[in-house]
Amino acid sequence: MADRSVQGAGIKIKNLYKIFGQRPQAYVEAVKKGMSKTELNEDHGHVLGLRDINIDMPAGCIQVVMGLSGSGKSTLIRHINRLIDPTAGEVIIDGADVCKMNQNDLRQFRRHKTAMVFQKFALLPHRTVLDNTVYGLEIQGLSREKQEEQARRWIGRVGLKGFEDHYPNQLSGGMQQRVGLARALTNDAPILLMDEAFSALDPLIRMDMQSVLLDLQKEIKKTVVFITHDLDEALRLGDRIAILRDGEVVQQGTGQDIVLQPADEYISSFVKEVNRGRVIMVDTIATQSGAPSATGGVTVKTGTILEEAAKTMTDANQQYATVVDDNGKPTGVISMNNLIQAMVTPISHLTSKAAAE
Amino acid sequence: MDWFYSFPNMNDDTLRNLKKAMDEGFKAFTRQYGDVIESFFQPLQYFLIQAERFMTTTPWPVMIVLIGGIAWIASRNWKIVGGTILTLLLIGYFDMWSDAMKTIAMIFVGTVVSIVVGIPIGIVMARSDGFQRMVNPILDVMQTMPSFVYLIPVVMLLGIGKVPGLIAVVIYAIPPMIRLTNLGIRLVDKDVLEAADAFGSSSWQRLRNVQIPLALPTIMAGINQTIMMALAMVVIASMIGVQGLGQPVLRSVNGQFFSLGLFNGLAIVGIAIIFDRVSQAYGKRLQKHQEVVHG
Repeated sequence: MADRSVQGAGIKIKNLYKIFGQRPQAYVEAVKKGMSKTELNEDHGHVLGLRDINIDMPAGCIQVVMGLSGSGKSTLIRHINRLIDPTAGEVIIDGADVCKMNQNDLRQFRRHKTAMVFQKFALLPHRTVLDNTVYGLEIQGLSREKQEEQARRWIGRVGLKGFEDHYPNQLSGGMQQRVGLARALTNDAPILLMDEAFSALDPLIRMDMQSVLLDLQKEIKKTVVFITHDLDEALRLGDRIAILRDGEVVQQGTGQDIVLQPADEYISSFVKEVNRGRVIMVDTIATQSGAPSATGGVTVKTGTILEEAAKTMTDANQQYATVVDDNGKPTGVISMNNLIQAMVTPISHLTSKAAAE
Repeated sequence: MDWFYSFPNMNDDTLRNLKKAMDEGFKAFTRQYGDVIESFFQPLQYFLIQAERFMTTTPWPVMIVLIGGIAWIASRNWKIVGGTILTLLLIGYFDMWSDAMKTIAMIFVGTVVSIVVGIPIGIVMARSDGFQRMVNPILDVMQTMPSFVYLIPVVMLLGIGKVPGLIAVVIYAIPPMIRLTNLGIRLVDKDVLEAADAFGSSSWQRLRNVQIPLALPTIMAGINQTIMMALAMVVIASMIGVQGLGQPVLRSVNGQFFSLGLFNGLAIVGIAIIFDRVSQAYGKRLQKHQEVVHG
């Protein structure tokens, strides 16, 4: 929060409940007291969307919400700009509770505080790329010149220069989602909501778009809420990750936290498939003691992922490397042996080791 | 067992009195409010007379160039423009020019009224399920009630002439306009609507930027249908004094003039085809952005 360049606004979600059905209010208390999703559905005909969600999303970070279909992740993101009304709970942004805003305040909030990117792009088919991109500013009532100036800049930044006058139908899926991203960025809102934004794209294009987002985020530092069902995507993008299952948060933390200490079987089963070398950082496996006399002068910075460290070490043809902090002060030593072990070791082993340290 | 074979209907006297009471009630209503209602429709009459005067007093070559020009602007298709001009020339050559112009004026005004009244009703219907439930049965009645039946009260109220004819045309032609506007707006992609909401659109901005443009193909189909139905009413409307191609048809039915009926009937068909092709081509051109699909 101290960082001046952060433009985002923090989001605090407190005790959020969502029940779908005819009389949701009637069942909130029962659900709070522990009525199960199945009981609510089978005995009372109501569907539990979200149960007691508490997530604190710091400003300027990418918060990923991960879950499989039906876990409530899309419902959750729609509470942040209140496209869905909660049954109980608060969503606090800039000190104001979004859930308590009147229609007019809500509209102003949506215009100026949030921008959204959708899974199915949701572009206006009768408008060109440029006219789609200006949409948010047009709604705000800015002059056409200002709208276009901003829009053209972001169209350029997402790599669509020259396509301004094309219609969405003339573009590929990846390009359409670039338009969706440009439209959201042109709005220049502190909060960027991305609802499975890249899920409809094929894998290579998806990687490409992830890079675009990460590059842009270095500059714009918005609070990004990113919904995905793909753990690799979550780990690549997320500063913080919350995992949702059946409408409840089962674990939240950094990507490394989740890979190293999965909270339950459910998460373990996801984590199993992850490329650990890209998630775990050297700090986790560095040892203070037993430093060999010669590390061959190879150093890696704290926060480096294992895969990169391994590359540095093999390039230098060394078995050991010193881990240094940002000031160049050594904090520990890693060996190639440990490194490879950490990349292939099952979770149980590593967690006990990490706990021991 | 008599009641089993003949329906136990209402007492003849009671029935007669009921009908009489209704007739007299309506007559009293007509005497009381006829003038008010007539003055209410005054602007419509003015519009209609102006349109007809313009169509009939403009020299025919100017008219042909004008209609051909409109066809070109709407369709950008030489075949349609050629067909339009040829049809008009034939109508003129067979001495039906003035009647045809009167009919076109009537159709034009009827369509404009249907659009102006029908689209807002359709929009409200799309926004409110309750209103939809209320309007739908009314539209059903308007479409299935034989036109002659609603001609009676209209003539009683407004007498014989252009305006009652116009009202009859509009009653008959407006349902598809309303229904298809409603349908078009209801079918708008929910994802796009959600995006419009997420960016903070007011409900007017939503309507103008998303719902109307995306519903436009359906609305255009409604306009097209309205024009066709208005043309179908030409002959019936001529029974209450609407001038145009309908009257010779009516005369030929009464006097068994086969060729007169055929010529005028074909002229109506010709005009229908012109209106249909031009309005459809225009609707298609509005949707140009949908044709170029990424491969």
